[in-house]
Amino acid sequence: MKEISTAGEKTFRTVSYVLIALVSILTLLPFVLMLIASFTDENFLVQNGYSFFPSKLSGNAYLYLLGQSPTVLRAYGVSFIVTVAGTALGIVLTSMLAYPLSRKDFKYRNIMSFLVFFTMLFSGGVVPSYIMWSKMFHITNTILALIIPNYLVTAFNVFLMRSYYTNNIPPALVEAAQIDGASEMTVFFRIMLPLSIPVVATVGLFTGLVYWNDWINGLYYITEPKLYSIQYYLIVLMQNIQFLQSGNANAAVNAGTIQLPSTAIRMALAVIGMLPIMVIFPFFQKYFIKGVVIGAVKG
Amino acid sequence: MEHSLKKRNLKSSVPLLLLTVPGLLYLFINNYIPMFGIFIAFKDIDFSKGIFLSPWAGFKNFEFLFRTKDAWIMTRNTLLYNIAFIALGTLLAVIVAILLNEVVIKPLLRFFQSTLILPSLISMVIVSYIVYAFLSSDTGLINNSILKPLGIQPVSWYSQANAWPGIIILVYLWKNVGYFSIIFVASIAGMDKEIFEAAKIDGAGKLSQIKNITLPLLKPTVIIIVLMCVGRIMYSDFGLFYQVPMNSGALYSTTQTIDTYVYRGLMQMNDIGMSSAAGFYQSVVGFAVVIAANALVRKLSPEDALF
Repeated sequence: MKEISTAGEKTFRTVSYVLIALVSILTLLPFVLMLIASFTDENFLVQNGYSFFPSKLSGNAYLYLLGQSPTVLRAYGVSFIVTVAGTALGIVLTSMLAYPLSRKDFKYRNIMSFLVFFTMLFSGGVVPSYIMWSKMFHITNTILALIIPNYLVTAFNVFLMRSYYTNNIPPALVEAAQIDGASEMTVFFRIMLPLSIPVVATVGLFTGLVYWNDWINGLYYITEPKLYSIQYYLIVLMQNIQFLQSGNANAAVNAGTIQLPSTAIRMALAVIGMLPIMVIFPFFQKYFIKGVVIGAVKG
Repeated sequence: MEHSLKKRNLKSSVPLLLLTVPGLLYLFINNYIPMFGIFIAFKDIDFSKGIFLSPWAGFKNFEFLFRTKDAWIMTRNTLLYNIAFIALGTLLAVIVAILLNEVVIKPLLRFFQSTLILPSLISMVIVSYIVYAFLSSDTGLINNSILKPLGIQPVSWYSQANAWPGIIILVYLWKNVGYFSIIFVASIAGMDKEIFEAAKIDGAGKLSQIKNITLPLLKPTVIIIVLMCVGRIMYSDFGLFYQVPMNSGALYSTTQTIDTYVYRGLMQMNDIGMSSAAGFYQSVVGFAVVIAANALVRKLSPEDALF
């Protein structure tokens, strides 16, 4: 039990509470501004800009997004599919690779661990990678372009899982199962995977976050609007706004080729873009924290 | 006996080997093929001939790259920003962790911690929208609600290059300090309480406990984190330097990093030669830095070296 004995410690604790509360509020303020802006009346925004204290609120931005924009729904759907597929496939491939690397009796353990580890030390960079995916595998403008490159299996996640298997699953368990006649595959799929649910949750959360938040694969490989993810759609939207502000876009607007959501709707879209994370995260917070800690201090 | 054991080992390694195949195959394609692909930097790429049949260019791409001012600007920016991030980020994360350690009311701790992590969970695109809400010249909060009441002329932030080192560092700290503080919180929580009790009995105040116990015990963790960041000193968060400044050309002098240069060369200028030369430079120097950083740690405190 922590006991406060001296007046000095009491003071320190009080000051700590005040400071950390202050830091928390400062951290939250930008989110609050985004949220308030998305609920601000459009006329107020045009006259006074984004503000913490709008005189008139309105939910029109969200109503517009709900009712009239199939593009947004579609982008949301693409993000959803990509996140689910990428996370599921990522977990399967990562755990299949991590488990043998945790087995001390696996002959190729060291060489394979090194092969995985080396990807953390050296990288060929984006130019060869881009040329390979687009010119060799012709992945451009397919949904696979959002799932396959870069994120599916990472050394970080492999080592996170390996250390879980090494530290939490007694080798005697494997031996016992094998004496009972279970094959390696049975041991892995029937015993190891179910036992590793906590680390699966951690790796799943990390991978899911990466896929939901990714826009870089979109930037490199997607030009087809029907394959825009929600994050990439936000980029295209912002580019259109800049294009408009650059002043040489009047013709395009008049011709109706560029449709610009208004000031509040932009922020509403950004809020919607992070909504699933806000909803899911509280349930996964402890897995996230565990993963960050284990990942940082040697995988 | 010996023989049969060996035989069993060989037999039992096959199913395990099979399990690793899909993952390793992925890493081979996604990571190893591009590693060999860095030879592109020595080619004069002509896609109509294909990569392998394009003529060799020797060091021509590198000569062109390093003759430009861009090479110096992007290297300087990448290094200086990373140094600022490592110094300020680590310092603030340690301070936040020490403060968080004082929060003993569990639900409150959970609340503070999730608040501080929140920025690290969202994409740089969303961050760029939030920054835009503050900085936009016509609808931004700073111009409208802060500068206007003070009677100061509105600032066109997205063309004001000298403002961006401050903005970028601020955004980085907002996004990452909470994440790093998690690591230090765990490290502090794992410290032996008896040492603190003994110090207290000896009359050590809270500040002297922090100075003489907490900080020295945190040192190994700090070294690991700093080493990991130093190892990536040639790399930058592409989104932070590309999305957040809205890809504004007027800001290149203070926002161009090696990553944004490579992207612009490849996707916007169609200058694969320069782009791949910059990429090669980043990969090779980056690799040397990782090896050097690790060697340094191996010398200072061998048990914290990564390899």
